[in-house]
Amino acid sequence: MDVNRPALSRRAAILLAVPPLAFLALFFAWPVLSIVATGLAPDGRLDLAVLPQTWSQPFVLQLLAFTLGLAVASTLLTVLVGMPAAFVFARFDFRGRRTLRALATVPFILPTVVVASAFLALLGPRSPINAALEGLFGLARPPIRLDGSVWAILLASVFYNVAVVLRLVGGLWSHLDPRAEEAARVLGATPWRAFREVTWPLLRPAVASAASIVFLFTVTSFGLVLLLGGPGQSTLEVEIYRQTALLLDLPVAAALAILQIGGVFVLLLLYARYQERLAVEQRLRPSADTARPPRTRGERTLVGGVLGGLFLLLGLPLIVLVERSLATPGGYSLAWYQGLWELPARGGSFVPPVDAIRNSLSFATATLLLAGTLGVMAALVVGYRRGWLARGFDALVMLPLGTSAVTVGFGFIVALDQPPLDLRTSPLLIPIAHSLIAIPFVMRAIVPVARSIDPRLREAAAVLGAGPRRVWREVDAPILARAALVGAGFAFAVSLGEFGATLFIARPDTPTIPVAVARLLSLPGDVTFGQAMAMSTVLMLLTAAAILAIERLRGAGPEPF
Amino acid sequence: MRKLRDLLVVLTLLAACAGPVGSPSAGQPATPTATSSSPAAATSPAAGTSPVAATPTTAPPSSTPPGPAELVLLTHDSFALTDTVIQAFERDHNVTLKVLKAGDAGAMVNQAILSKGHPLADVLYGIDNTFLSRALTAGIFDSYQAPGLASVAAAFQLDPQSRVTPVDYGDVCLNIDRSAFAAGSPPAPTGLADLTRAPYRGLLAVENPATSSTGLAFMLATVAQFGESGAYTWLDYWKDLRANDVKVDASWNDAYETDFSAGAGKGDRPIVVSYASSPPAEVYYAPTPPADAPTAAILDGCFRQVEFVGVLAGTAQPELARAFVDFMLSPAVQADLPLQMFVFPAVQGTPLPAVFSKYANVPPKPLAIDPATIAANRDRWIQEWTSTVLR
Repeated sequence: MDVNRPALSRRAAILLAVPPLAFLALFFAWPVLSIVATGLAPDGRLDLAVLPQTWSQPFVLQLLAFTLGLAVASTLLTVLVGMPAAFVFARFDFRGRRTLRALATVPFILPTVVVASAFLALLGPRSPINAALEGLFGLARPPIRLDGSVWAILLASVFYNVAVVLRLVGGLWSHLDPRAEEAARVLGATPWRAFREVTWPLLRPAVASAASIVFLFTVTSFGLVLLLGGPGQSTLEVEIYRQTALLLDLPVAAALAILQIGGVFVLLLLYARYQERLAVEQRLRPSADTARPPRTRGERTLVGGVLGGLFLLLGLPLIVLVERSLATPGGYSLAWYQGLWELPARGGSFVPPVDAIRNSLSFATATLLLAGTLGVMAALVVGYRRGWLARGFDALVMLPLGTSAVTVGFGFIVALDQPPLDLRTSPLLIPIAHSLIAIPFVMRAIVPVARSIDPRLREAAAVLGAGPRRVWREVDAPILARAALVGAGFAFAVSLGEFGATLFIARPDTPTIPVAVARLLSLPGDVTFGQAMAMSTVLMLLTAAAILAIERLRGAGPEPF
Repeated sequence: MRKLRDLLVVLTLLAACAGPVGSPSAGQPATPTATSSSPAAATSPAAGTSPVAATPTTAPPSSTPPGPAELVLLTHDSFALTDTVIQAFERDHNVTLKVLKAGDAGAMVNQAILSKGHPLADVLYGIDNTFLSRALTAGIFDSYQAPGLASVAAAFQLDPQSRVTPVDYGDVCLNIDRSAFAAGSPPAPTGLADLTRAPYRGLLAVENPATSSTGLAFMLATVAQFGESGAYTWLDYWKDLRANDVKVDASWNDAYETDFSAGAGKGDRPIVVSYASSPPAEVYYAPTPPADAPTAAILDGCFRQVEFVGVLAGTAQPELARAFVDFMLSPAVQADLPLQMFVFPAVQGTPLPAVFSKYANVPPKPLAIDPATIAANRDRWIQEWTSTVLR
């Protein structure tokens, strides 16, 4: 087997690229083009004057600057916080590691309203923390005022996305051979220098992967900015929503959508090129071989410190939610949980929790299968092929993550209106919309690992007489399987959390858990609030359990490598 | 083409795997409104969250298997009726009702307008007077003179051509935390004008009209009350509110559940913009029924929202769609509305549940603005409001 030959033939790459491309063409490109065309050619005649008109308005520049600034700042902050966590989870073995890693993904799926309320309980004007500080320093006003500030958005964005860094970077890190760094240490390098010169270059592709997802996520974050950002702050995403869903000013919405999609696409192309250059082929190790219990006092402090920090950042808000779901007027009890089953009897407007759970799991399973299949296909193409075609394909697959949900949602209405594709009222549309967001996660989880596989492994296998299929089965597949499962876990979580994608599609009345939470929160009264917290807790537990289960799927087979 | 068909086959299989996805009439969830506007909708009629449900005229008669026809209802996320009430309709007309929820009221109406050529649904419920004009201009409804209209007050019949039929109404009103004003200093506010006075500084939370339909209704109330011209305009009023430390939230949820001192979040603002039907909801959803409602609506300075149902132009089954309009005016639905959506029935003489007759009050003189005037000025008003209050 020729080492210089790509592991994937051109023909195979094209075959693999077709299904994801067809999916994107049908459910992303066509809807988006349709809604943009509706905006730019309202009477069938193309009128492009609105583009320069909109783009030259000062408020658009402001929007752009705020959107970009926010996304860059959140991405940097999230990576900064996530790296030590990724390190500790990749390199050290300690009790409860798997469970904690699964739990760290939980914030990722929580409805924004619920998170905002937990943050306010912790850091709001009347929170225990503020009260303690006031008492301590004799202050007249609460020292921490998060509501309405950019800090609130940044904090929430780290809370939501740190799991992306933890999982995607940790995924590759756990396969890096620790002996390289150890060798550098033996030769006299400081830990920092050993990290910077040995580990960091090998890790960069995964860091860039995670960063790209966090960036795109913040660019299109909607609820967060609206809820925490205060009334003065607006992003491109929020403005597109306003112009489309509220004002129905489709020409301006189209101009803004072009700005968003075009900008994101250019960034993604640059990024894909950078990613390709970063890739370093190396000898990956089974993760079980690279992690060991912390031995020295310094290591134990490090593990303890990181876990403590994660607890403060991720654990406390979650605990507040659980606490509220248990706090009933007569003291702590399960009354709100029991009530979840009783409410439907009180009126038809409530979803029996069993139904919501079943619906959520059905959609998430469908998303897992759809996004898993298409995402793996896309990852193989991007991971094993180079050149501008592969880069363009990479950027295209990522694009839905950076595109406004309202553009896509309203695009469905305009584009998918003819049989046999009139899916506008079909429950299928929901996993399809979820998959648009989930496929990039699957792909980004796999690509850095695929690119890191040392071709000499394949060569060795071939020399020993393995055919191409066998080489694939014995060398690549086991290494990629684990990365694919991390991606699959995110795909499942994306669907359970009902990200923006489904906010703006008319959907058949199939309530999921986040939908049920929103319904409960939309009514005044202590009962509905308590039950919304209980339902959110159910969602948390379900997510953690699902992610643990997905990761155990591989337990059935032999340990790879 | 074959690829495409294969893809569809795969998708269909996936859908099949996804299994039972909840029966349409079963639960009525509000869509995930992390966004903003309409959590309040649940509490009141026209509030925020009504997504439009468009019925898919998708299933052409040829492909429909023999058996009940399917009627598609486009509605907002807050739509809710008791299961048995919907089942009675389905039985009477040998039809299956498919409920399609499309976000908040604004998003719903816009989706219906965008799908005008190939309507998503047969009938639409939940459009309110603030969005009515846009939909009528777009021509998405067919006229239908429902016999039940005779018992609906003329004040609710906002379309002379009967393209839409009023079903229910509700009022956006100031709500107060009664315990905060029990001592009498300051006394409970009696209307909008009080809020700019010194004793009420820092007590009020409102919703942003740009992102919340509740906030929009309240802004319209101030336009209606203070006017656009004269010595003291509605913008002067907002300048004074701003000077008096008004808190602006993105959504009803934020304002009521977080900032309102009587809400679940126990915030620090005892006055909030909500609905006249919020106090009965507080009683109805209290863990143990309180002797008296913890909150009260101030009945002066309320803005009335009326919700309508209409037959979508282009439906393949106009008779069934009209039957649905009649159904919405039927005694069973009208009596079901208050506790399902926390709105008042539009048909006169409909009996109210006890919690409503006891704790909900109807403002004697609600403020109103003609739908055409709202349509013509809404965007400008929101811009002016934004510059005055937020910049």
